[in-house]
Amino acid sequence: MLLIPCPFCGEREESEFHQGGEAHIVRPKDPDELSDAEWADYLFLRKNTKGLFLERWVHLHGCRRWFNMARNTATNEIIAVYKMGAQPPKAAINKPPKTAVDKPPKAVGKGAKK
Amino acid sequence: MVDGYLRQSPLAHLHLDARAANDINVTDAGLMLGERRHVGMINLRGEPADPAFAAAVKKAVGVALPDGINRSSGKPLSIHILALGPDEWLIVCPPGTEDSIFGKMTKAMKPLHAAVTMSSEARTVIQLAGTDARNGLAKGCPLDLHPRAFGPGQCAQSILGRADILIHQTGSNAGSSDASYDLFVLRSFAEYVWTWLEDAGREYGVKVFSPAEK
Amino acid sequence: MSQVNRLSSGGRIDRDTSLEFTFNGRRMVGHVGDTVASALLANGVRIVGRSFKYHRPRGIVAAGSEEPNALLQLGTGGRTLPNQQATRVELFDGLVADSVNCWPGPDFDLMSGIGLFHRLTPAGFYYKTFMWPASFWKYYEHVIRRAAGLGRAPTEPDPDHYDRMNTHCDVLVVGAGPAGLSAALAAARAGARVILVDDQAEHGGSLLSTRRDINSGQALDWVAAASEEIAASNAVTVLRRTTAFGYYDHNFVGLFEQRSQILSDGGDVSRQRIWRVRAKHVITATGSFERPLIFADNDRPGVMLAGGVRAYVNRYGVTPGRKICVFTNNDDAYRTALDLHDAGVAVPAIIDVRDDPIRDLPTEAMERGIDIIDASAVTGVNGARGVKSIEVMQLNAAGDGVTGQARTIECDVVCSSGGWNPAIHLHSHSGGKAVFDTERGIFVPGAAVQPSHSAGAAAGIFDLAGCLRDGTSTGKAAAANAGFKNASRRKVPDTDTEDEGPMRLLWSVPTTAPIGRRGKHFLDQAHDVTAADVQMAAREGYTSIEHAKRYTTLGMAPDQGKTGNIPGMAILGQALGVDNVGDVGTTTFRPPFTPVTLGALAGRDIGPLMDPVRMTPIHHWHELAGCKWEDVGQWKRPWYYPKSGETMQGAVNRECLVVRNAVGIMDASTLGKIDIQGPDAAEFLNRIYTNAWLKLKPGSCRYGLMLGEDGMIMDDGVTTRLADDHFLMTTTTGNAASVLEWLEEWLQTEWPELKVFCTSVSEHWANVTICGPRARNLLAEFTDDIALDSKSFPFMSYREGTVGGVSARVYRISFTGELSYEINVPASYALNIWTALMNAGEKYGITPYGTETMHVLRAEKGYIIAGQETDGTTTPDDLGMDWIVSKNKDFIGRRSLSRDDNMRNDRKQLVGLLPTDPDKVIPEGNQITETRLEIPPRGTRIAMIGHVTSSYYSANLGRSFALALIKDGRGRMGDQVYMPTPNGIIAAEITGPIFIDLDGERQDG
Repeated sequence: MLLIPCPFCGEREESEFHQGGEAHIVRPKDPDELSDAEWADYLFLRKNTKGLFLERWVHLHGCRRWFNMARNTATNEIIAVYKMGAQPPKAAINKPPKTAVDKPPKAVGKGAKK
Repeated sequence: MVDGYLRQSPLAHLHLDARAANDINVTDAGLMLGERRHVGMINLRGEPADPAFAAAVKKAVGVALPDGINRSSGKPLSIHILALGPDEWLIVCPPGTEDSIFGKMTKAMKPLHAAVTMSSEARTVIQLAGTDARNGLAKGCPLDLHPRAFGPGQCAQSILGRADILIHQTGSNAGSSDASYDLFVLRSFAEYVWTWLEDAGREYGVKVFSPAEK
Repeated sequence: MSQVNRLSSGGRIDRDTSLEFTFNGRRMVGHVGDTVASALLANGVRIVGRSFKYHRPRGIVAAGSEEPNALLQLGTGGRTLPNQQATRVELFDGLVADSVNCWPGPDFDLMSGIGLFHRLTPAGFYYKTFMWPASFWKYYEHVIRRAAGLGRAPTEPDPDHYDRMNTHCDVLVVGAGPAGLSAALAAARAGARVILVDDQAEHGGSLLSTRRDINSGQALDWVAAASEEIAASNAVTVLRRTTAFGYYDHNFVGLFEQRSQILSDGGDVSRQRIWRVRAKHVITATGSFERPLIFADNDRPGVMLAGGVRAYVNRYGVTPGRKICVFTNNDDAYRTALDLHDAGVAVPAIIDVRDDPIRDLPTEAMERGIDIIDASAVTGVNGARGVKSIEVMQLNAAGDGVTGQARTIECDVVCSSGGWNPAIHLHSHSGGKAVFDTERGIFVPGAAVQPSHSAGAAAGIFDLAGCLRDGTSTGKAAAANAGFKNASRRKVPDTDTEDEGPMRLLWSVPTTAPIGRRGKHFLDQAHDVTAADVQMAAREGYTSIEHAKRYTTLGMAPDQGKTGNIPGMAILGQALGVDNVGDVGTTTFRPPFTPVTLGALAGRDIGPLMDPVRMTPIHHWHELAGCKWEDVGQWKRPWYYPKSGETMQGAVNRECLVVRNAVGIMDASTLGKIDIQGPDAAEFLNRIYTNAWLKLKPGSCRYGLMLGEDGMIMDDGVTTRLADDHFLMTTTTGNAASVLEWLEEWLQTEWPELKVFCTSVSEHWANVTICGPRARNLLAEFTDDIALDSKSFPFMSYREGTVGGVSARVYRISFTGELSYEINVPASYALNIWTALMNAGEKYGITPYGTETMHVLRAEKGYIIAGQETDGTTTPDDLGMDWIVSKNKDFIGRRSLSRDDNMRNDRKQLVGLLPTDPDKVIPEGNQITETRLEIPPRGTRIAMIGHVTSSYYSANLGRSFALALIKDGRGRMGDQVYMPTPNGIIAAEITGPIFIDLDGERQDG
């Protein structure tokens, strides 16, 4: 259960929010100019990043405002929130993650290399 | 034809006045609950960056906009304004005054980019008071309601159980855990929220009262 | 049975208050302050149950939440709890406790023969044995579950109630032992909002079970004073009998509080409560768990943990035996021997794996004349139903073999200590790693990844003075972290100090034969996992501890392997040839730390509060009218209104006929209504809807279709232009919230330049719809300021005026094809308008109608319902609604309509179906085939060409009919198709989707 700093209401519990997928995907100005493949890319293809991810959230059960969030998807650390239309703060993006990303269970000793 | 005095508040079928009369001598209840009926509510959207906007609101309703989101201005039992978001407010006014305020606001906002929407009937107000009002709410609401974090003059939209709510703290009593709140609840959820609060208040003792209006 | 093992004095029990209880039907007596376990031991009970797999007799091992064996069924009837650790349940009067996992009883268990075949039931037994044939698993499972089940769930509804509390604090301290109390005290003195939780009824933690001094007095006097000061502090919450069961993201911690006696009716107080705590800083002062030495037949009743025995003697005034041997690799266990000796219990010997221990505690033991057998190990336990004696041999220098002559020592209890493991569970839940301390052979918490600290024994600090110091500094730091920097300068309390020597790591205790050949070395007694099982898992290629754990089920029982996990990992490491246990790694601890009841997790989200029931302002009228309800999202909507003795079909037929022939009345208040204002409102609608909106005249209504960006139909509804810059959009009931969210999303994220505001008015306006040829006559009685003739008030327009003296918005739109007025009034007037219309309409034979009639009537007209004729893969063209898709502007989803797949001409298209037998109603959702096949030959595949979306009997048509989506449906008009149903095949002819009033003349009345 995340604690999300809504840019308007301050820190609120995740249950008040909805996640809205990857941020900074702009609707093409003239969709007719896009090939089917390009349109499909806009429509369906999203990143699934482990680590820093820029995503949209809406404070659905609060002020109903949308905003952007930079979050480390491996640790859930919220690096920054910023308003719609704004670019992510550079300092936040360049910040190294607080903890190392989890590794899958490791095999050790005899037979580990099999 | 239809009789105006037969207006039904969302909790009318619970006969709360009769229950209040019954509970009048109860003194050991930690949670007091009552329905404020037919409170006037007008939803306001606008552009706070426009200085003419704030001035026009103040002129039309006689109360300035609150000085921050999730804060209130004005007095709880007369006209007051709750700031719901960066460009959204709820003007709350005593029963029966909403039409005239709506008229004034509509006129005042005409030259501006704003939306004035009558929404008195969309919600009812459940008033909570008592030494365990805060605990009763905290059972279902994830907000930090501790006096160090939330006090009179603050409001917030959040969740109670499985319903959306708008909480406005209207009072507190220094030196005790007494606190009072107006809980704005969508009409269709009113019975759920009321039942939920009565259930949550079991251990504190619940007293039903009839809130006074100005 | 009397309390044969109760010591004559000592313990924190109230000897004047006796509590009666039964165990497996035997009446016993204990005292206030006892746990069920201490009372059982006091009454001389040795066997408390049978083991999970081998059904070996088992006794109590520990005194806390690490107990693997003493899992009991408590209570009877609806108030029964399975798998309760006897060591954690406070005794109460009238308790009924029974063993689990044995039949007929623990002393004589018919399943115990299984142990004789243990060679046949090794690790992974189930995976190896019951895999073939796969289809038999469903039979195997029943037998396995019956043999292996732990406890039984009650069959009656839970009579108790539960709740949940949200709370926030600056500093959450978990554990009220010496470190936790010091931390809470320091944080409270700094002025922080503190929550102190402890799973016991009393504060003190490990101090409750030991005899120590603080500030030159008894440690428990310091505990009482500290506890009192904390409780009296401003902004402190103290929770007893409360377990922190999970530590989640962003310092969110779940607590599980036992509020009323475990099985009693708490009255108005909930039995248990889940606390949802959000802390600025968390201190885990959760102490440590003693790990056993893993020796042969270490599961015999009477084999215990040294710390557990110490707790029984000191805290409960109980001795588990009369002759108790101590087996240790460290100095701490000597305290147990000293306490036993001082309480008058014989300690025949201390067996120490170390050579010549000479520090303070061994010296004290020697001074009391206790026999210390050093450099030796327990190699066997005699007595299958309880320890009678132990075998002791000399241990070699490497610790991997024994030498010399075995010596037999008579005793009835042998308690062991293999050192202490910090309880790092919460640290692990929080995402923190465990770091192996090679020297001490323990996992200590690694760097914190959330604002938290481990303190005291949980951080690997085992000496009392160190715990007090560490707790105090951690408490100060946490408070400062949360913004409370004015720490108290008071001195950290003094304590007695004892010089302790280092332990000697010994993960499994050798015997004269290889492990597994002479006796069993149990790691996980709750799941019957032995050292040999882990070694076999290694041989079979399970090189990761995570895999070996799942294969052997090590640590997966209710006790979560609190005692056996670390030795298990070490033994796996040895088997894999890994020197450093740290390299084996530890499995991830996951919540809950101890079991949490489902009742508590559900809280008050049960019964009528499980989900809100949304009610319209006319709800209670419908209820009194005896309607049947249909659930539409969270709303209750009247489905139909049966008269006495009337079937559903009868009621719906009647309602349908009245609407088409006279007038019906319907509560449509649940429809979504969104007020849209601003100079760009029309442009906004142009982008949202498929059709054009710029030229709609104020006062007019238009039907609109909304697509997702993928071109699929999302919602539909009628939108009215109230003024140039003001619209009112209606949505379907189910999508009211999501459409508003959709509009806001586009406005806020994509088109912030549009000057538009959206506000929900769904609940401000109630909608009373009157519908049918007499609707105009009826409405005329209620309004004198709205002209109702078709010219003044045409179809698809809207008028404001008064209805019954109430200012109203009246929309002439129709979902049935009949003359229809949707009267919108402020919600508080709706019930009275409704009853007035009902009374006045009596002369026309007015009837209220529900959603079923509405569905039949709209289907007769071929009107779709978003979500019934559409399923997220349906385009406007699929429904034959190309007419509403503008070619001259962009709108959401338009580009997708020209994607190849959406242009296929064999897409499913909306058609009507008329069953050959006019009395047969096809089930909705039924698949449709081209060919009629009564019984398809085995192995044939029959192409499904579509499905039925709506299907009813129509009283107006006098026959059944349906709507369906069929591949290339519009090209198949007149074709026969077949619907295989459980009651035979229904044949039908494909028709157009409109069945009544093809020219739309009826809507003018």
